[in-house]
Amino acid sequence: MPTLSINGISVEVAPGTSIIQACEQLGIEVPRFCYHERLSVPANCRMCLVEQKGAPKPVASCAMPCADKMEIFTDSELVHKARKGVMEFLLINHPLDCPICDQGGECDLQDQALGYGFDRGRYIENKRAVSEKYLGPLIKTFMTRCIQCTRCVRFADEIAGAPEIGLLGRNEMVEIGTYVESAITSELSGNLVDVCPVGALTSKPYAFAARPWELKKTDSIDVFDAVGCNIRIDARGSEVMRVLPRTNEDVNEEWIADKSRHAIDGLLRQRLDQPYVRKDGKLVPASWPEALAAIAAKLKGLDGSKIAAIAGDLADAEALIALKDLMTALGSTNLECRQDGGKFDPHARAGYLFNSTIAGIDQADAFLIVGSNPRWEAPIINARIRKRFLTLRENFQAAVIGANLDLTYPYEYLGAGPETLTKLASGRHAFAKVLQNAKAPMLILGSGAVARPDGLAIQALVAKLAAKVGLVRDGWNGFNFLHRAAGRVGALELGFVPGEGGRDLDAILDGAGKGEIEAVYLLGADEIDMSKLGKAFVIYQGHHGDRGAHRADVILPGAAYTEKNATYVNTEGRAQMARLASFPPGEAREDWKILRALAEALGKILPYDTLSQVRRRLAEAASVFRNIDSVTAAEPGPFAAASTGTVDNAPFAMPIENYYMTDPISRTSPTMAKCTEDFGIVEPRTGTHG
Amino acid sequence: MLSDSDRIFTNLYGWEPFGLAAARKRGDWDGTAAIIAKGRDWIIEEMKQSGMRGRGGAGFPTGMKWSFMPKDSGKPHYLVVNADEGEPGTCKDRDMMRYDPHKLLEGCLYACFAMGSHACYIYIRGEFKEEARNLQTAIDECYDAGLLGKNAAGSGWDLDIYIHLGMGAYICGEETALIESLEGKKGQPRNKPPFPAMAGLYSCPTTVNNVETIAAVPTILRRGASWFSGIGRPKNVGTKVFCISGHVNQPCNVEEEMGIPLKELIEKHAGGVRGGWDNLLAVIPGGSSTPMIPRDVCDTVLMDFDALKDARSGLGTAAVIVMDKSTDLIKAIARLSKFYMHESCGQCTPCREGTGWMWRVMERLARGNARVDEIDMLIDVSKEIEGHTICAHGDAAAWPIQGLVRHFRPMIEQRIADYNGHRMAAE
Repeated sequence: MPTLSINGISVEVAPGTSIIQACEQLGIEVPRFCYHERLSVPANCRMCLVEQKGAPKPVASCAMPCADKMEIFTDSELVHKARKGVMEFLLINHPLDCPICDQGGECDLQDQALGYGFDRGRYIENKRAVSEKYLGPLIKTFMTRCIQCTRCVRFADEIAGAPEIGLLGRNEMVEIGTYVESAITSELSGNLVDVCPVGALTSKPYAFAARPWELKKTDSIDVFDAVGCNIRIDARGSEVMRVLPRTNEDVNEEWIADKSRHAIDGLLRQRLDQPYVRKDGKLVPASWPEALAAIAAKLKGLDGSKIAAIAGDLADAEALIALKDLMTALGSTNLECRQDGGKFDPHARAGYLFNSTIAGIDQADAFLIVGSNPRWEAPIINARIRKRFLTLRENFQAAVIGANLDLTYPYEYLGAGPETLTKLASGRHAFAKVLQNAKAPMLILGSGAVARPDGLAIQALVAKLAAKVGLVRDGWNGFNFLHRAAGRVGALELGFVPGEGGRDLDAILDGAGKGEIEAVYLLGADEIDMSKLGKAFVIYQGHHGDRGAHRADVILPGAAYTEKNATYVNTEGRAQMARLASFPPGEAREDWKILRALAEALGKILPYDTLSQVRRRLAEAASVFRNIDSVTAAEPGPFAAASTGTVDNAPFAMPIENYYMTDPISRTSPTMAKCTEDFGIVEPRTGTHG
Repeated sequence: MLSDSDRIFTNLYGWEPFGLAAARKRGDWDGTAAIIAKGRDWIIEEMKQSGMRGRGGAGFPTGMKWSFMPKDSGKPHYLVVNADEGEPGTCKDRDMMRYDPHKLLEGCLYACFAMGSHACYIYIRGEFKEEARNLQTAIDECYDAGLLGKNAAGSGWDLDIYIHLGMGAYICGEETALIESLEGKKGQPRNKPPFPAMAGLYSCPTTVNNVETIAAVPTILRRGASWFSGIGRPKNVGTKVFCISGHVNQPCNVEEEMGIPLKELIEKHAGGVRGGWDNLLAVIPGGSSTPMIPRDVCDTVLMDFDALKDARSGLGTAAVIVMDKSTDLIKAIARLSKFYMHESCGQCTPCREGTGWMWRVMERLARGNARVDEIDMLIDVSKEIEGHTICAHGDAAAWPIQGLVRHFRPMIEQRIADYNGHRMAAE
């Protein structure tokens, strides 16, 4: 442990700590542009120069490791002179266009120029101009503002695994560019805007939309996948202007995926802002009492077994518990939250959680991914695996059963379907040995792998494999279920699954088709096959006029995730709270309140009137809600119910066809539509299509 | 003056063939196995005792540099020979490779053995086609004669030597940029630490030496450290090849004793300054990056590391550029500034932005289209670059300008006054 002195203060640091990190430990601020703690250190901006006693010239504090008895000064005349010099150099070719720059107000260069800049320029020559680059539909460039810190290059190379940006050319003509004019093919490209310390890379959808000081900032949780990324929602009035990541080392570090960041313009479109009731085959606007009365008229007196409820991907725990309580009061056990048709044991908690935890990836040394494309299903988890690859390099071992895709790290492709899995589970495959010999093996089972008729048998097979290779060890549980939907784990924790004698998804749809189910309550469920609902009376509660609303007989307008105080449980079993950043539009209301009002109209009073009472009810219902923000780990108990079914050897299908459009919000987002088109994921429809 | 018997580079002018047979006649590859049999510690100690300072420009003691290499790191060790001779005015390495390549190759064997390296890369500037060809011929001869490859020269040591041709970027002569380039990447200097001796080529322990340094090793080991250290002045010992160019009657490369007076060097070997010593204006003594010295300093200065440092310049690569009174010094330095701007790798801020700024100001100063206080600003800017960059390119760009202003400021002020006078007269 080297001990050094900084500005006369003695500090002991871990070996390998750089001077800039030691300064941070002491709370001494060192200006920097190129240094980013999660990226490699090029030491090219030269802003963080400090004085080291005995050194002939100032040293770059970001690249210089601490050594014993070092004496560092961060506030000497030499240091100030050096920083002022660097600042002057950075500014000579930087345009003075702060008033029209989107980075204005949150620009590192602007802030540090205040501290280290001269009050006037001495450079009277012509300034350099750099032509714009095309980096895709999400990133707007203004390359003349670039200070060549190469953070974007390093982010793309290291974190995103898309080495498509580089520093081209030399001398003062160096430019950041893509080698060929093309969009950055990464689901994490939006983070380039965050890492850029100046206004060279800014958000294209957010261009010229707002100034940072006009925005109300709300800490919240992302719902576009089951990772539960921590986000900050910036809203102006009722409009969500942008979403930025919030640091949480255990979940998303400081990154978020592009859909989380840019699908928000869907919040302004196709919103359900008042109740609708279907009259004579047409949905007509109605008042709340009319809508509730229409439901009451249908449900009152209906036997509970003829009512079913399906929860959607974005359902929050508060709404789920209220709906479950209501259905219980109505005598129905036909509850289902797995609207993708997932067949797995919803009672084996260890079998449906990401038990190793996301932070646990940093310890894992062997990975087996089964039936999942983590790059699309959970880009942040995929980036974490890539990070592990960068640490382990040649010792990194990964294998995939399913689709053979570019996951940004190397892996061994074992096969497409359960056949390979069977081989592994019986120990007849070489990779079983790899998992067995690894210190911390991780198996990731995609939700798509069990969303098929033989899902239970597949889960049982994976559980057998887990036992065979010993995924559970001292202090380590290597069995991981990767969900795609933010609301899924919360629903599973609350038991929003078929109860005693209850029907699962197939049985509900089957029953509705046959007329055995007469009323179906869709809580934001848009991904089911609406044509199978037959003649059933459909109540749709949600925020977007998507598939569910089109089929509905009564529409109850709910709130989107940015418009309510709600709890979500991520795939690890970590309950986190989203907070209201703007109010729901028009007549729309928070979801649990709608259910509370509906219950009253049905003559069943739910025992809660306030949010805190609902949350008390949640805490009663499941322990995960008593433990906000941390993981409530599962007993490493059985991963699956004993299955008698047989495994079908059909290859695993990837559940996501288009990363940019997976839910009602992203499907209405113009930005996501542009991404879909620009990345060529779905052929653009032309006049000759159908 | 150096006696002929003390010369290391006996075929510097190519009067004899460069091939193996001729080289052997000159004494190369003589008793190689016996020298290696003395062991790696003996070689390193002998190099330390010889007082050899690196001939690439910085003058770092060679023996000490070699001793920084770990004894056994478990990784491959590498010797990289820097033959990317790019410093304007310097033309010594190319003649050594062209006319006397076996000296370099034999030196590589000793150096590699001393540092535990089985592979040696010679990074040659891309423009040096003939040099690379001759060197490759010499390497092929060595393999055929068993002097390289397995059990090189019967010494029991295995050594392979590879030539790599650069693409002519000046910055690739900086040792870490050279390593990057050798690895197939863009030639950009690395941060130090870690130094190449710890993590160089492919993150393995690496030593980068200049051609002249390595080529002198066989003779030093053969004739003994005390022979080498007996030539020249204390701490500035041995022989050195000087490249004399510019306004002299006979520009030439010449091997001379370290510390020879500049005047003697020019008058004896280069036929004197064009138009006589009195016609001398200034000399750039060590390649384009060293500050120029005016005539009164040239009268007495000795050509070695410490004497030139005391004169606020440097020996550098010992490329003496002589400028007589017909020279427009400001324009000359402006041209050098353009060179340094063009060759900046663009990686770090002060060099990337500052070199272009200095060049533009220099161009205006050359015409006189400036204010007098801009001279001070220029010096201030050069100080903001100097010492603040990743590699020494920033210093190299700053020094020529500082040297010019230090010694010839009145000339610049006169130029400005003339320009403004003409302009006023025109108006």
